[in-house]
Amino acid sequence: MSAHPTSAHFKDNAHEALRDASLQKALVHVRANFIARRAEAAQRLPEFEALRDSARDIKNHTLAHLDLYLEAYEAKVRELGGEVHYALTAKEGVDIVLKLCRERGAKSVTKGKSMISEEMGLNQALEAAGIEAVETDLGEYIIQLRGEAPSHIIAPAVHINREQVEDEFRRAHLHLPRDRDLSQPAQLLGEARGVLRDKFLNADIGITGANFLVAETGTSVIVTNEGNGDLTQILPKIHIVIASLEKVVPTLEDTAQLLRVLARSATGQDMSVYTTFSTGPRRSQDPDGPEEYHVVLLDNGRSSMLGGEFEDMLRCIRCGACMNHCPVYHAVGGHAYGWVYPGPMGAVLTPTLIGVKEGGQLPNASTFCGRCEEVCPVRIPLPKMMRHWREREFERHLSPATVRYGLAFWAFFAKRPTLYRLATDIGMRALHVMGRAKGRFAFLPFAGGWTRYRDLPSPEGATFQSQWRAKSRALK
Amino acid sequence: MSARDEILANIRQSLGVTGAEAPRRLDVRERLTQAPAGITPARGQGEPAARAAIFKTEAMRAQASVVEVASAADVPNEIARYLREANLPATLRMGEDPRLAAMPWVATALELAHGASDGHDLNGVSAAFAGVAESGTLALCSGLDNPTTINFLPDNHIVVVFAGDIVADYESVWKNLRARYGKGEMPRTLNFVTGPSRSADIEQTLLLGAHGPRRLHIVMVREG
Repeated sequence: MSAHPTSAHFKDNAHEALRDASLQKALVHVRANFIARRAEAAQRLPEFEALRDSARDIKNHTLAHLDLYLEAYEAKVRELGGEVHYALTAKEGVDIVLKLCRERGAKSVTKGKSMISEEMGLNQALEAAGIEAVETDLGEYIIQLRGEAPSHIIAPAVHINREQVEDEFRRAHLHLPRDRDLSQPAQLLGEARGVLRDKFLNADIGITGANFLVAETGTSVIVTNEGNGDLTQILPKIHIVIASLEKVVPTLEDTAQLLRVLARSATGQDMSVYTTFSTGPRRSQDPDGPEEYHVVLLDNGRSSMLGGEFEDMLRCIRCGACMNHCPVYHAVGGHAYGWVYPGPMGAVLTPTLIGVKEGGQLPNASTFCGRCEEVCPVRIPLPKMMRHWREREFERHLSPATVRYGLAFWAFFAKRPTLYRLATDIGMRALHVMGRAKGRFAFLPFAGGWTRYRDLPSPEGATFQSQWRAKSRALK
Repeated sequence: MSARDEILANIRQSLGVTGAEAPRRLDVRERLTQAPAGITPARGQGEPAARAAIFKTEAMRAQASVVEVASAADVPNEIARYLREANLPATLRMGEDPRLAAMPWVATALELAHGASDGHDLNGVSAAFAGVAESGTLALCSGLDNPTTINFLPDNHIVVVFAGDIVADYESVWKNLRARYGKGEMPRTLNFVTGPSRSADIEQTLLLGAHGPRRLHIVMVREG
């Protein structure tokens, strides 16, 4: 059901992104803001590194007992009058939500930001069923107007400039005066606030995601800055939470540990503005809150990741730090990754969710610089897992012929050290002689990818290995 | 087989367990009943006066405004002053919180409204369940006393927090919640609020007043 992936065309997407001047202008904000803010927040809390260990351990413990914590969570939600629905696939998840909407005659649905909704392709399905679905997070609202997917998991409209938002608002909000001033970001925000306020107050159903599901209390937790998620979940008569299985955590104490690393890693705040704990439907004395409370738990391949080499990925708390620190993401943005999840976490997760054939290109979108793992609040070994995928891609003969033959050619020599040394000695000497006059090569057969953009310096005449041998002998 | 049973069976197959193993079940039961605390930051710890000072600093870092008053009797006047100086109308919506109800509102010219908000209020006041020093966070519990809609719909949210309710960390909030609602129980909605609503979705420019309140004003009551 979810959006058709273009991840298999990552290379083409990336080329296009590099040529897109307005995208390149917008991406500067990612580099400039997120990195410094996270560093400052981490530096301000002496316990931050210990909290990352703690967060990792909590997630590992939960995953090792996931069946039992899900049962405990579900029992608690039911006890309080809520309902829990399980969905094996994205399509099943969509069908459950559509059924709930149809049975209640819902015409308008407000939505808090949810990556699971993107994964399920829920908006398209609701629209197709004649139900108005309104994204209420400002960034999500902007990209919904533009008919786009998010390009970042916590800053969905990070690829868009202010002028583009103004154009979109003028096109969509035709009931407002044409000569209004929208030159300042604050005016755009004010307009969105006004337009969406009516939607909040008139929605039949509110759908949110969840950052955490607390087994101890049967609580769903959302973390936002705008307050849109809260208006989505407290105003309509029905609240539907959509979340993947691994969002469950044991206790409120465990939730506190994870909250302490989440916002700091994401935006550099100590805490996001609103962290809301919702437990069941409204109670008999309550003056507000939803009358019905439903949770849709989505598997979509996650149960098979447990116990395998990609299990660590299920620790992810969706903070976005890996993409905020990724040189590849900085260069091409999120859309080039071609599906729901971009950046390093997307490069690992996408092939597990949509298959190696569609998503297998993404693990190549890495320089293996290791910054993603360095900043991950739950210490996911992202580079290691990207290497696992590259191995699988190679094993399944999915990598391009040039890569395969090149590696086979190199392996032939690498397995025969004497031959390798001989061949490289001859090669380096030959290049040294040929390049002596200019000291560099502007063109070289089989190295066009290099020399198209810069010259190759001419070798000094001896390989590293032979120089090492000569110097070792001299030292003795 | 239902989707539920199939998912649980898949999980168990991947983990190589049946779900019936006694030691695993015991591990989970103990974790859920004992709820062990992890790492708690030193930042919010200290004597009540020190905690209150840290709470104030951290809340202001999150762009809330904070004013201290000596006693509950001073709260209405402080709120009237705040609204006047911010050039806001002298109207105020509140729930049925007995601590708020006992304050001398008649001494002010404030026009009061009671109960949940329907979105037409400019100003609302709530009494906090707790203030958390480590991040300047307010904890607000839903119910007739303090309807959740007041936390989000009015443009200006004023929150009264008593010094005795300012705790060091989130773990202390859990402790106090369990004392009031029971272990494993929660109010329908618990809001942690750290500063006024904001968005940085347009060119990463931080703007206050997204969908929730544009201003968050905290009145700390020293007594009690």
